[in-house]
Amino acid sequence: MSDTTTDRRGATASPKISVRDVKKTFTLKNEEFVALGGVDLDIADNEFVTVVGPSGCGKSTLMNILAGLDEPTAGEALVDGVAVDGPGPERGVIFQQYALFPWLTVRQNVEFGLKTAKVPRAERRERADYFIRMVGLEQFADALPKMLSGGMKQRCAIARAYAVNPSILLMDEPFGALDALTRVKLQEQLLDTWSQEKRTVMFITHDVDEAVFLANRVVVMAARPGRIFDVIDVNLPYPRTEDVRLSPEFGELRNRVWHSVYHQSTATAGSSDHRTASSSPTT
Amino acid sequence: MSTVTDRTVSTPTPTTRTGVKRSRLLGSRSSVLVLNAISIIGGIGLWWVLALNGFQLPTPPEVLEKGIALAQQGILVEDIAASLGRVLSGFLLGSALAIPVGFLMGWYTIGRGLLEPWIQFFRTIPPLALLPLVLVLLGIGEIPKIFVIFLAAFLACVISTYQGVVSVDRTMLNAARVLGAKDGTIFARVVVPASTPFILVGMRVGLGSSWATLVASELLGAQRGIGARMQAAQIYYDLATIFVGIVLIGIFGLVMDRLLLLAESKLTGWQERR
Ligand SMILES: Nc1ncnc2c1ncn2[C@@H]1O[C@H](COP(=O)(O)OP(=O)(O)OP(=O)(O)O)[C@@H](O)[C@H]1O
Ligand SMILES: [Mg+2]
Repeated sequence: MSDTTTDRRGATASPKISVRDVKKTFTLKNEEFVALGGVDLDIADNEFVTVVGPSGCGKSTLMNILAGLDEPTAGEALVDGVAVDGPGPERGVIFQQYALFPWLTVRQNVEFGLKTAKVPRAERRERADYFIRMVGLEQFADALPKMLSGGMKQRCAIARAYAVNPSILLMDEPFGALDALTRVKLQEQLLDTWSQEKRTVMFITHDVDEAVFLANRVVVMAARPGRIFDVIDVNLPYPRTEDVRLSPEFGELRNRVWHSVYHQSTATAGSSDHRTASSSPTT
Repeated sequence: MSTVTDRTVSTPTPTTRTGVKRSRLLGSRSSVLVLNAISIIGGIGLWWVLALNGFQLPTPPEVLEKGIALAQQGILVEDIAASLGRVLSGFLLGSALAIPVGFLMGWYTIGRGLLEPWIQFFRTIPPLALLPLVLVLLGIGEIPKIFVIFLAAFLACVISTYQGVVSVDRTMLNAARVLGAKDGTIFARVVVPASTPFILVGMRVGLGSSWATLVASELLGAQRGIGARMQAAQIYYDLATIFVGIVLIGIFGLVMDRLLLLAESKLTGWQERR
């Protein structure tokens, strides 16, 4: 496989998200570090894309650029054909560390974005309650985050992101800190809400199973420099039930993704960055 | 982890500090209270024994008697009012200025660049060391005393507020930004609440510092005040009055500290207990 990072499916008619040769370098003590070395990716409207790859390969960096929290060194990120310039309410972000406001109750957290959008009080309340119900936190609407478990916090963060009705959801390892059981539940719940209210989702994860289970398409990244290594289509039907999870097709895809993530050095044998990719762990 | 973090963390990390305190209390509240009582009674007993055995100390009953006598003459109330008036006005003015200045330093690079050298410089000078200068410039009335107290409170609180602002979790700021918040909203609805625990810690330190500065400033030329009373008593070798002063200073300091602690637990109860 060459080190070109073109999305093999080619561009769809009008991609919702479009990343064009995005590069990102960080300068650390007058040493340049290439976090992203030319990434091209198109994500179609209502598509669910998962991104996997070794630690430090630039997944979060890519997401931050799409979220408008960080700027690319070169190239551009387009949303609906318009270059990203700062964060916007049409792009909801869910962080790995929940990032709830600890001094606000669950309901106030969910209302935060509505308040900044100056949604009138009554409507705000109604919408917040709707999404709190959606994630099953209605009994904790008036609780502070410190009283919630990790999974509940993450559900609250999901409700908060959904409440402003973004057409894009960017999720950075949102279930990373959760136990397996909660994780599976939230995955199913996420797909449930996604099929009810279609949105374009970019979901970063470390977990190969999770990547395959959720996605229309799995993007595998590689490190040093951060780049897209492989794109694997997941042609499994939704809703993704337990049967799907246990099917041989799922297993096959899972193996492919697994191989792509964990045997990048053998697969890239011959490419110029082979040595750096396989040696020295990333930060 | 408790004692280690308590001691070694020089910059206040309010979460862990209060967390530790609370969990200790929760552990065995009543047994701690019993130990406290034993310790206090034991301490007073020791004082009594020493006083009766040749040390030049007044006994506890003598101090109590003296206190009652001073109270009946109305002197005590006057002194307390004078001292509290000074400390509260200095402390409130100092904190009131420290909070906006601390925010300015934490939030704007310009503010930090311009103010930090001065704050860092004056922080190394005990406010009392400025007293001679202040007395020369401002005379010997109430103003110089309040000014040094103000300075003590201000310096303690400004640093803490500043630290609170700069240590606001980046992800939290980003979370607000992606929810559509602009700078003003982020400041009012994220930075201010997130730094409240730091501000309150700063105010507590500031109060302690104000109180210490007060007494010393009163030792230098004041008519009334607990410090002035002690100074006068020193001339007449009136140890009992000095003891009354010490006990009062301790009690009032403790009460004010507890009041702030109460405010802290009310305002920052949202913090995770770890
Ligand atoms: N602000 C920064 N300054 C310097 N280097 C950075 C910065 N942010 C990220 N990097 C570097 O860029 C690389 C990619 O980081 P990024 O956080 O995107 O990785 P990641 O794929 O999300 O990893 P993980 O799976 O561990 O979260 C890392 O090597 C990291 O050290
Ligand atoms: Mg990451």
